Amino acid sequence: MSDTDIQDEAINVDTEKGNFKYPENYEFDAGVGLNEDTVKYISKVKKEAPWILDFRLKALEIFSKKPMPTKWADQDLDNIKFDEIRYYLSKGQQPARSWDDVPDDVKETFERLGIPEQERKFLAGVEAQFDSEASYSRMKEDLEKEGVIFVGSSEGLEKYPEIFKPYFGKVIPTSDNKFSALNSATFSGGSFIYVPKGVKLKQPLQAYFRINAENFGQFERTLIIADEDSEITYMEGCTAPKFETATLHSAVVELVALKNAKIQYITVQNWSSNVFNLVTKRGMADEGAEVKWIDCNIGSRLTMKYPGVVLKGKGARGEVLSIALANDGQHQDTGAKMMHLADNTTSNIISKSISIGEGRSTYRGQVHMPKHLKNCKNNTECDALLINTNSRTDTYPAITTRGENNTVQHEASVSKVSAEQIFYMMQRGLSEGEAMSLAVNGFVNELMKAFPMEYSVELKRLIDMEMEGSVG
Amino acid sequence: MNTLEIKNLNVSIDGQAILKDFNLTIPKGEVHALMGPNGTGKSTLAKVMAGHEDYTVESGEVLLDGVNILGEEPDQIAKAGLFLAFQYPLEIPGVSIANFIRAARQARLPEGEEINAVEYYKELYAKMDALKMDRKFTARSLNEGFSGGEKKRCEILQMSMLEPKYCVMDETDSGLDIDALRIVSEGVNMMRAEDRAFLIITHYQRLLDYIVPDVVHVMFDGRIVHSGDAELAKELESKGYDWVKEEFAGATA
Repeated sequence: MSDTDIQDEAINVDTEKGNFKYPENYEFDAGVGLNEDTVKYISKVKKEAPWILDFRLKALEIFSKKPMPTKWADQDLDNIKFDEIRYYLSKGQQPARSWDDVPDDVKETFERLGIPEQERKFLAGVEAQFDSEASYSRMKEDLEKEGVIFVGSSEGLEKYPEIFKPYFGKVIPTSDNKFSALNSATFSGGSFIYVPKGVKLKQPLQAYFRINAENFGQFERTLIIADEDSEITYMEGCTAPKFETATLHSAVVELVALKNAKIQYITVQNWSSNVFNLVTKRGMADEGAEVKWIDCNIGSRLTMKYPGVVLKGKGARGEVLSIALANDGQHQDTGAKMMHLADNTTSNIISKSISIGEGRSTYRGQVHMPKHLKNCKNNTECDALLINTNSRTDTYPAITTRGENNTVQHEASVSKVSAEQIFYMMQRGLSEGEAMSLAVNGFVNELMKAFPMEYSVELKRLIDMEMEGSVG
Repeated sequence: MNTLEIKNLNVSIDGQAILKDFNLTIPKGEVHALMGPNGTGKSTLAKVMAGHEDYTVESGEVLLDGVNILGEEPDQIAKAGLFLAFQYPLEIPGVSIANFIRAARQARLPEGEEINAVEYYKELYAKMDALKMDRKFTARSLNEGFSGGEKKRCEILQMSMLEPKYCVMDETDSGLDIDALRIVSEGVNMMRAEDRAFLIITHYQRLLDYIVPDVVHVMFDGRIVHSGDAELAKELESKGYDWVKEEFAGATA
């Protein structure tokens, strides 16, 4: 089998579940390309307050001025053709509260992805976004009574400005990077969540992001505010069909954990191999609060994502647990940022990457501990697994520690699945794909124990599919 | 038909001939020992039978109950009923013994059929007890950080859980102290059955004190040069392999 055959097979199999699309049929379309009119159109159909339009236009200006980060990042970024992308496509701005009211093609899409079933089984609420807007959004009634807010970005800013406006764009300023500026100019959809003081959600809230249209850019915006002593777990999943042309996904996710609150944010990204996935995620943890990112990147063409935690209050804790799997033709450029800004803050980063065939994984970490702080701790572990000799892995840890009572620990390892290991497992009756899958699952096993069960099952299934597909 | 039959097998690696017109037939119900000096091709034979891709098969057949398995993928050969106990078992980090054996058993089931977990663990624990393996081992990563003896016991555990028709054991006695040797041998003896055959590859005679073979073969320079009963192994032990070299070096040149 030639190299191209192997690649095709790998790609076809890995997106099997998400690789279907329905005909495009949109009431609202901002057209192709990005300029002031595009931004004004988006703001107009959303009937936004003037301050939001101003926010968008200012962001557009920043986006236009900022250079691409190609001096350190993958040159493949230059292949994004901003003039050929469609920035807003929707069938309407109001999500349905019942699956019966969701348009048939959209409903079928989410049914094929298993979303209504998961909702019934273990979720406290679901939002399902189809291209630019949520088609469905619903949360259990008892949570509403407790004052939990779970809405889209437009509804959040319109109905609850006093809650969301103070934090909107504050954890991640518009000018943070070129893609946070792009998102700020064009954002649509995403989840705005507020959990009142002392409310602890027992079941997770989930958002599912689906791209259906070609040449499209999805720019959801998420802001989660967990008030004092509250707890929330939020999960997001993503898929898109496989197109010939590049598709862009550029989200901004801001988390605010007030005093003693806990936020756990889980991502299982399984974009098809034509998606540029350029996402900015950051959380702010107040005194005694905890922000935990669990980030799994299986698909996409290029992912650049470095979830971060700003440890602002004394005793705050931050954690990033990530798994990245780069198959042929993919580059997973992921990592974590921990900014220690108060005494007694602790952070933990565990990153596991798997590179297969021509796949490439990069870890970029940043841990910042200034001199005046006391008793801060960071632990960073990054492990890479290579399957066959062509794969590539790079690690760029940047750890700045000052101050006498602060400690950091850093460990990194690179291992390989050898042909002899595969032979050994196959001698017991496992196929080559099953053997590789078992080795990969073994590699991430310890880390997956930290994940909620439903997500480990889903992740294991995705890994199995990916490994089956990578066998020539 | 109820045999493992190796016919005129010629195998080379990097152009160098290792097995030369090798012939051997083992009927079910029998235990055959294959002995010989280092470098005569014993381990090569084991790996070729299991489908290792590093070797070039020039000609010949390996018939499992009359069906040629040469050229098949290693997993197909395993499913056809051949088990190889490795001389150097590989470490598989993060994969527990219980999950590994379970996956191997699952691979043998028809699509859609699932293993009964309760029965599986019952059987696993009983077999571990027989091999005097601590039950806590089920949760440990396969072979990772195991002593030589623990690795070999784990090979026998896998063999007994997968119930192969033909067992090839490559230098299972190497790295074993006398207690482990006895336990491993007991495990093998328990598996001896009318519908199962064993090929025990060993350099030393001492394993054969515990697993008494029906036939002993002496291998030299890529082929079997002499066969006999269990007494032959003892003879080799006292005479040493130099005797084989002197006797047969001329004949094979």
